[in-house]
Amino acid sequence: MIDKPHVDWFAISPSLALLIAAGMLLMIAVFVPAGPRRAVAACTGFAGFVAAFVFAVVVDVKSPVATTIVHDSLFRDRWAALAQVLIAGSGAVAVLVSYRERLRDEHIAEYFALLTAAGAGMAFFVQASNLMTLFLGLEWFSIALYVLTAIDIDLIGSLEAGLKYLVVGAFGSATLLFGSALVYGETGQLSFDKIGSYGHGHASMLVVGLAMILVGLAFKASAAPFHMWTPDVYQGAPTPVTAFMASATKIAALVVTYRVLAVAFPQDEHLWRYAIAVIACISLAWGNLAALVQRNVKRILAYSSVSHAGFMLIAVAAASPLGERALMYYLIPYAAMSLGAFAVVAARERELGVPVTLQNLAGFGWERPLLGVSMWIFLLGMLGFPLTGGFIGKFYVFAAAYNHGFWWLIVAGVIATMISAYYYLGVVRAMYFRDAAELQLAPAGGSPPRELLLGLGVLICVAVTVGSFFAVQPLIDVARSAAAALPL
Amino acid sequence: MASWLTTILILLPLGGALLVAVAPLTSYWLGSLAALISLIEVGFWITSASKFDFNSPALQFAQNRQWFSDLGVSYHIGQYAFSLWFVGMTVVVMAACTIYGWWAGRERGRAYFALMLFLTGAIVGVFTAQDLLLFYAFFEAMLIPLYILIGVWGGSNRMRATITFVVYTVVGSLLMLAAIVVLGLQQGTFDLTKMGTSSSTWLFLGFVVAFAIKSPLFPLHGWLPITYRESPPEVSAVLSGVVGKAGLYGLLRIVIPTFPTVAHDWRYVLLVLASISLVYGSLLAFRAPDFRGVVLYSSLAQAGLIVLGLFAFNDLGFDGAVLQIVNHALVSAALFLLAGMVERRTSTGEFARLGGMARGRPALATLVMTTGIIALAVPLSTSFAGEFLILAGVFRQGWAWAVIGAAGIVLAAMYMLRAISGVLHQEPGPAVTDAALDLRLGELAVVVPLVLCLLGLSAWPNLVSGHAFGGNRALTQVITPTGGYLTTTLGQSGQWTRYAP
Repeated sequence: MIDKPHVDWFAISPSLALLIAAGMLLMIAVFVPAGPRRAVAACTGFAGFVAAFVFAVVVDVKSPVATTIVHDSLFRDRWAALAQVLIAGSGAVAVLVSYRERLRDEHIAEYFALLTAAGAGMAFFVQASNLMTLFLGLEWFSIALYVLTAIDIDLIGSLEAGLKYLVVGAFGSATLLFGSALVYGETGQLSFDKIGSYGHGHASMLVVGLAMILVGLAFKASAAPFHMWTPDVYQGAPTPVTAFMASATKIAALVVTYRVLAVAFPQDEHLWRYAIAVIACISLAWGNLAALVQRNVKRILAYSSVSHAGFMLIAVAAASPLGERALMYYLIPYAAMSLGAFAVVAARERELGVPVTLQNLAGFGWERPLLGVSMWIFLLGMLGFPLTGGFIGKFYVFAAAYNHGFWWLIVAGVIATMISAYYYLGVVRAMYFRDAAELQLAPAGGSPPRELLLGLGVLICVAVTVGSFFAVQPLIDVARSAAAALPL
Repeated sequence: MASWLTTILILLPLGGALLVAVAPLTSYWLGSLAALISLIEVGFWITSASKFDFNSPALQFAQNRQWFSDLGVSYHIGQYAFSLWFVGMTVVVMAACTIYGWWAGRERGRAYFALMLFLTGAIVGVFTAQDLLLFYAFFEAMLIPLYILIGVWGGSNRMRATITFVVYTVVGSLLMLAAIVVLGLQQGTFDLTKMGTSSSTWLFLGFVVAFAIKSPLFPLHGWLPITYRESPPEVSAVLSGVVGKAGLYGLLRIVIPTFPTVAHDWRYVLLVLASISLVYGSLLAFRAPDFRGVVLYSSLAQAGLIVLGLFAFNDLGFDGAVLQIVNHALVSAALFLLAGMVERRTSTGEFARLGGMARGRPALATLVMTTGIIALAVPLSTSFAGEFLILAGVFRQGWAWAVIGAAGIVLAAMYMLRAISGVLHQEPGPAVTDAALDLRLGELAVVVPLVLCLLGLSAWPNLVSGHAFGGNRALTQVITPTGGYLTTTLGQSGQWTRYAP
């Protein structure tokens, strides 16, 4: 007779809500006729994400003390719950952005099913408290994302991107698995706490395992030099999928990276601090320099997401209560900005029917004032300008780095921001300083579609981006209580 | 109520910008709405000036709300006497420029007027913020509308102008951000009024470079020529008249009180750079081939002169610097607007193609002449009072500085007279036809108030210079009680030179 573990269903309710939605969506794919299928599927997906959002908020409120559940395989704490809130929010906006995407109608329900399944995987992943659940969660959302990337078979490059993501992503997962095996081999333990309290913290096998786990997670966070897949996949994937990946995957990967390092490897702190700091510097340098020469807006944003991984890793490297707050705070406006920016790109893409480049953005700001101003806000936020949360996020990250004595990371971040001004403002320049007429852009057919849902999604992103600038104190309080769950 | 005045001065234009951005009106009516809001803003400033207690050195109309506590950042605003004058020149110049944009009928009025109002709010915020991070937020926020204003409504070479402008400004301000983070965490608060002093040379340099770029000071003025030439004239007026003053304000409000000893140790470096800016800027202005070139290089020279006054480290220098900042804001705004009016009539600003515009255009001739004469600091003008105070102040640092300053004033006479005669006198140039009319009523309504302000100040310069630091106390005593260095080295020697009728 095998002992059945006690299952705290409430604590895993965000994942369950999304899983149920995914299951319902697969049913919808079969039973709902093609006519209303898109609307029904989108509603169900949206409802799933909203339910997960609400559950995660409730779990957050009701878990002031961090515990482990289901035989110590998952955490129930505010660190995970807050990340789930952000992931579910990103997913809900991604559904709004996806609604009018030119996907074949016969696969639309499967599309939303995969999106919710990926969300469920991420929600599970951020709760992981041992190496098994860690790998399980990683593969769960990764497999969903591989298919999502390649789902639009009409889109040139989508299949290629999917394949590339699959191969590189599988390599990353394999590295993580190998690292986990080494760690298990040395310590004989799976759960993070017990690995953390292992006596010989500097055993070579443990350190190598740590390094490999770090590499596997860095692949998912698309931190340089493990970012090679990012620009191609972001460019090739359907834009709403890119939006979801850029925000939700980044949240999940960074939150988990910090948790694994802080809980499972506190003895090797002095090692991983510097490793992360170096990865952060490489990401900042590579992401920003490579973005300078791009013409495709999705590639620019992809490289910008690499550089943002660098910024957030500065907070990880400065592992401290301030660094934890900085990381959690930074993720909030960052998720909104990248979702919103890709949503605006999606709108332009649907208007023109071709990939969006700096060239064919011309005049966009004047033609679609709301989307133009929103894009402007997102780019300023990524650049770290005031009146957006991006500014406060950078400020917090720098403060965390300074508090730990990593002043050279501030220097790296400042130089990276200087470089990034060129390409972020380059997009603004493309939108506003030239007329569409002088480039004679032909619209893809008829007048541009007015998309209420996409506009709503963009407005939510604007509200979060700007609102996080003014409402710093409540957000920091939330981040502080989330960070209280962690040992460092 | 009175404590809300500063907040109102910041929020009224920002809210106005939002209103203009969404109001369902035509471009013309949006312009009139923006003009009305900018005039109401002036009205609020006059109200605050009338309620201001000039005898008190304290922060007035202050509000302090916590923004986020763990790093000690707050929404803390308020005005010292000199801030009041800076805000005053801002709202006056911005109102003139907004109305000029309305009169000139800028295309895409909704965006244009919203950005002008947003810019007004941001600049007022810079001059009133008492928290370093808040200051930085406003300082950066100024860049957002300027970037679009230059890039969309600028001249043919505007793309390069925006890139040059942004690269310089962003580099400077990010250095300042790094310095702010470190300084604030070292001090445990970002509140300028609670902050002690620091003796870190690196932090000092971070701030000074940012402010020297903005002011601008030699050798960080590389963005100046192309930006001022390619901007629309009223944006050039704002840039030179008000935005550049944010850098000088930063030196006065942040650098000198926070780094008194470092600033004192580095004063010769700053004085030398200021002197080079003064002489080199004047020479460039003398050789500039166009009207705007003269005005823009003269702003470099004037920034140098003002920095001479600031780093004289005495009452005379500080009073003179504040007066001269206000003077130059009005003078350069008026001159850039006049240059724009000349360009509008002749589609060129080059002296080779201009000339003889005085004949048959009495209003233009009078205004260019009056503003030019004030700019070259003729005795009895307010610029003369300001420059005299600065020279008398810097004389105490060493007579040689005063000699350089005096040479700069002579050069000012040379370039300004050359500009006046190049536009107004001599034979009519090829670009000047009979179709170029005299100033219209709308243009007069914009420039005449600026000139009247200058004439009023000429009659009573002590209004600003005598009421800049509340009860004639030394600067650091006013701003922070802990920065005691200057107060001990200063006497009451400033009394007799108060230039007042």
